[in-house]
Amino acid sequence: MRATVMRVRAALAIMVIGLTLSACGYNTIPTLQEQAKARWSDVQNQYQRRADLIPNLVATVQGYAAQEKTVLTAVVEARAKATQVKVSVDDLTDPAKLKAFQDAQNQLSGALGRLLAVTENYPDLKSNANFLALQSQLEGTENRIAVARRDYIEAVRVYNTSLRTFPTVIWAKFFFTDAKPMAEFTANEGAEKPPVVKF
Amino acid sequence: MRDAPLRVGVTAIAAAIFCALSTLAFAFSFPPLTGRVIDQANVMTAQSRANVEAKLKDLEDKSSIQLVVATVKSLQGGDIETFANELFRFWKLGEAKKNNGVLFLVAPAEHKVRIEVGYGLEGTLTDALSSVIIQSAVLPRFKANDYSGGIERGVDGIISVLSGDTADWQRKVAVRQDDTGSIFNLLLPILLFCVFVFVFRYMVSPGNGSSSGRYVKRNGRTVFIPFPGGSWGGGSGSSGWGGGSSGGGFDGGFSGGGGSSGGGGASGGW
Repeated sequence: MRATVMRVRAALAIMVIGLTLSACGYNTIPTLQEQAKARWSDVQNQYQRRADLIPNLVATVQGYAAQEKTVLTAVVEARAKATQVKVSVDDLTDPAKLKAFQDAQNQLSGALGRLLAVTENYPDLKSNANFLALQSQLEGTENRIAVARRDYIEAVRVYNTSLRTFPTVIWAKFFFTDAKPMAEFTANEGAEKPPVVKF
Repeated sequence: MRDAPLRVGVTAIAAAIFCALSTLAFAFSFPPLTGRVIDQANVMTAQSRANVEAKLKDLEDKSSIQLVVATVKSLQGGDIETFANELFRFWKLGEAKKNNGVLFLVAPAEHKVRIEVGYGLEGTLTDALSSVIIQSAVLPRFKANDYSGGIERGVDGIISVLSGDTADWQRKVAVRQDDTGSIFNLLLPILLFCVFVFVFRYMVSPGNGSSSGRYVKRNGRTVFIPFPGGSWGGGSGSSGWGGGSSGGGFDGGFSGGGGSSGGGGASGGW
C-alpha cells in the first residue's frame, strides 16, 4: 500500500516536472537565444550581399566616370574595412563589437551614397542596363538589410525580455546563468539609411 | 508534501497563459485577406478584378505560387517597403515550407507601388526583374491613371517570369510534393500521450513494476528508469507541431499558407 502511494507520488512529480519544464519554461530561453542568433546571421548575410555587389558596381561606374577617383576609392576602402569587421554569434552580448560592426557598415553606406549621387551627372551611365540592374539589386539589398535588422532587433527584444520577466526569469537564474542580454543596434535608423537616389 | 507539486502546477499554467498573451503586435492595421485581389482603394474595374483573380488562381493551381494583388487607401505613414513586408507577413502568403508568395501592392494615394517577393522566390523573381516589371509595364499606365491596365500588365509580367522558371510546371500539378511529415506531426502528440499513459499506468500498478523492467530494485529502493523522451513528450510536441503548414487554401475560404518574406522585390513611384 505504501509502495503504491510512493509510486503515485513519483508519477505525479514526474508529470508535474515534465509539464512545467515544457510549458513555456525550460526550452524558452535557449530557443529565443538561437532565434536571435539566427536573425543576426541574416543581418550579416545581407550586409555581405551588399559588399558582394559593390565591386561590380564600382567597375561599371568606372567605365563611365573614371575621373571620379576619390569617390570610387572611398567606396573600395570602406568596403574593405566593412568586410573585415565580423561579429560572431557568441559576441552578440558585447555592445562594443556590435558598434564597431555598425560603424564600419555606416561608413560604407555613406561612401556608397556619395557614389550614387555622383552618378547623377552621367546620363550614359544612368541608362546603362547593367548599371540599372545593379542599382535595383542594391536597393533591394538595402531593403533586405532593413528587414533583417528589424527582425534581429525584435528577436533580441523578445530574448532580453525573457531573461528579465516571469516566468522565464526563473530558468534564467537557475539553469542559464551564463545567458546574457544581447546588444541592440545603437545608432539611429536614419544614420544607417543611405541617401535615396531617384532616377 | 502535496503543496509543492500544486505550486509548480500553478506556475506552469501561469506560464502557459503568459505565452499565449505574448503574441506579435503590428503597428499597421491591415485589411483581411478575403481573396486574391484586395482592392481596398477601389481603383480597379470589376472586369479587370475578375480577370486578374482568374489569372492568379490559375497560377496557384499550376505552380502553388500564391500571388496576391492589393491596393490600399493609405500606407498609414509608413514607407511602402515596410508596409509591404509587414502586410506580407500578416497575410502569410505562400506555403510555409516554400515561402512561395508574392505581394503586388499599390498605394494610389502615395503614388507608390511595390512587388514584395517571398524568400523562396527571390532567386526567380529577382529585384532586378521586379524593378523592370514595375518600370516598364506598370508605371507608364499608372501615370496615365490607368490602374486596372497597370495592374493587369504587372500581373502578366510577374506570372511570365514565375512560369518561365518552372518550365515543367504543367507536370508539377501531378507530382506536387506535399509535406510527408504532416501525418507524423499529427500523430506525434497522440503517440507521446499513449507512451505517457503507458508509463504512468506501469508506475501506479502494484506488483508487476519490477517484472516489466521499468523498475530496478536496488538496496531496497525502487529506482525508476523513464522512457527516453517519454516524460518530456509534452515539451517536444508542443514546440514541434506548432505552426501548421496548410496549402494555399483551396478548400473554402482563401488564406495565406504561412510563408514569409525578407524584403525581396522592388518598389517604384510615379
